[in-house]
Amino acid sequence: MLDTLQQPWPWYVAGILIGLTVPTLLLLGNKHFGISSSLRHICAACLPSKIPFFQYDWRKEIWNLYFVGGVLLGGVIASQLLSNPDPVIVSEATIADLHALNIETDHQLMPSSIFNIDNIFTLKGLIFFVVGGFMVGFGTRYAGGCTSGHSIMGLSNLQWPSLVATCCFMAGGFIMVHVIFPWLFTIL
Amino acid sequence: MQFSEQPDTASVIEHPIECEAPNDQISNESLIGSNIKYLIVGLLFGIVFVKAEIISWYRIQEMFRLHAFHMYGVIGTAVVVGTISVWAIKKFHIKTIQGETVIFHKKTFQWGNVIGGTIFGLGWAITGACPGPLFAQIGSGFLVVIIILLSAIAGTWMYGLLQRKLPH
Repeated sequence: MLDTLQQPWPWYVAGILIGLTVPTLLLLGNKHFGISSSLRHICAACLPSKIPFFQYDWRKEIWNLYFVGGVLLGGVIASQLLSNPDPVIVSEATIADLHALNIETDHQLMPSSIFNIDNIFTLKGLIFFVVGGFMVGFGTRYAGGCTSGHSIMGLSNLQWPSLVATCCFMAGGFIMVHVIFPWLFTIL
Repeated sequence: MQFSEQPDTASVIEHPIECEAPNDQISNESLIGSNIKYLIVGLLFGIVFVKAEIISWYRIQEMFRLHAFHMYGVIGTAVVVGTISVWAIKKFHIKTIQGETVIFHKKTFQWGNVIGGTIFGLGWAITGACPGPLFAQIGSGFLVVIIILLSAIAGTWMYGLLQRKLPH
């Protein structure tokens, strides 16, 4: 049993469980699945700075912060108790592409050649941590949601603006990987 | 903006403007007792994120390079299960455990869906994470992701500051 849980879970198991989060939250208390809102609530709670966008009762939405707190704890439990003893398998083609960009690969969940404390004060760190994170926070809020709020909750409720947003998420990712990465890694 | 009457206090619940994850519960909630269940749902969700390797930067690279079906399978299955669930809740008028009617919201198109969505997509490919996996990555011990999370909070704050000047 534990052995099975330690192996990487197949896509259909993950997909079903993530999909079930939608009715679970709705039926537990009329809560709509959406994670990027938590970032807004953090701003409203810590740094509202009289900005109208952050003037609302964030305590009313505090369930969202409990939820992301749970996600963090889930990460602790999964990595401490259910950690996969085998190396992470990545497709050969992707490894070849990454090597062509001079990105060192390893068998962890995130490449330590990039996501490493030592890179904090380098150009690589600036782009991958600061600029990347900023675009995630700015972009999701500007788009009115992220993969959970638009791609899963929005599409489940058949909202076409969410389909537009999802297509743009994908378009942005394709542009970054196929157009910007080849140029970016020549200067890093 | 959504307004709904709160019978016992006669105050109004005001959701944040265009909040995609609003709390539509009418009955009162206690700070810890009512919310602890969302921590547990989040915890299970976080385990799925790690165990299905959705938090992996490599999986996101595979997705955008069309080298693996995994992420498409995860998101596709989640949408199918979510759609059936939402359909069933509407069709059979399933109530919340408090006995309240489940409220759904229409999303109105705004250009932010396109512009913001593209900016997020660019950032998603760099960091290999959407907001959910950021929290699970930190929990998994990738502490450098704390900087990414703080930058994401700064990005959200900057959007709030510039909101009225940006095209929507």
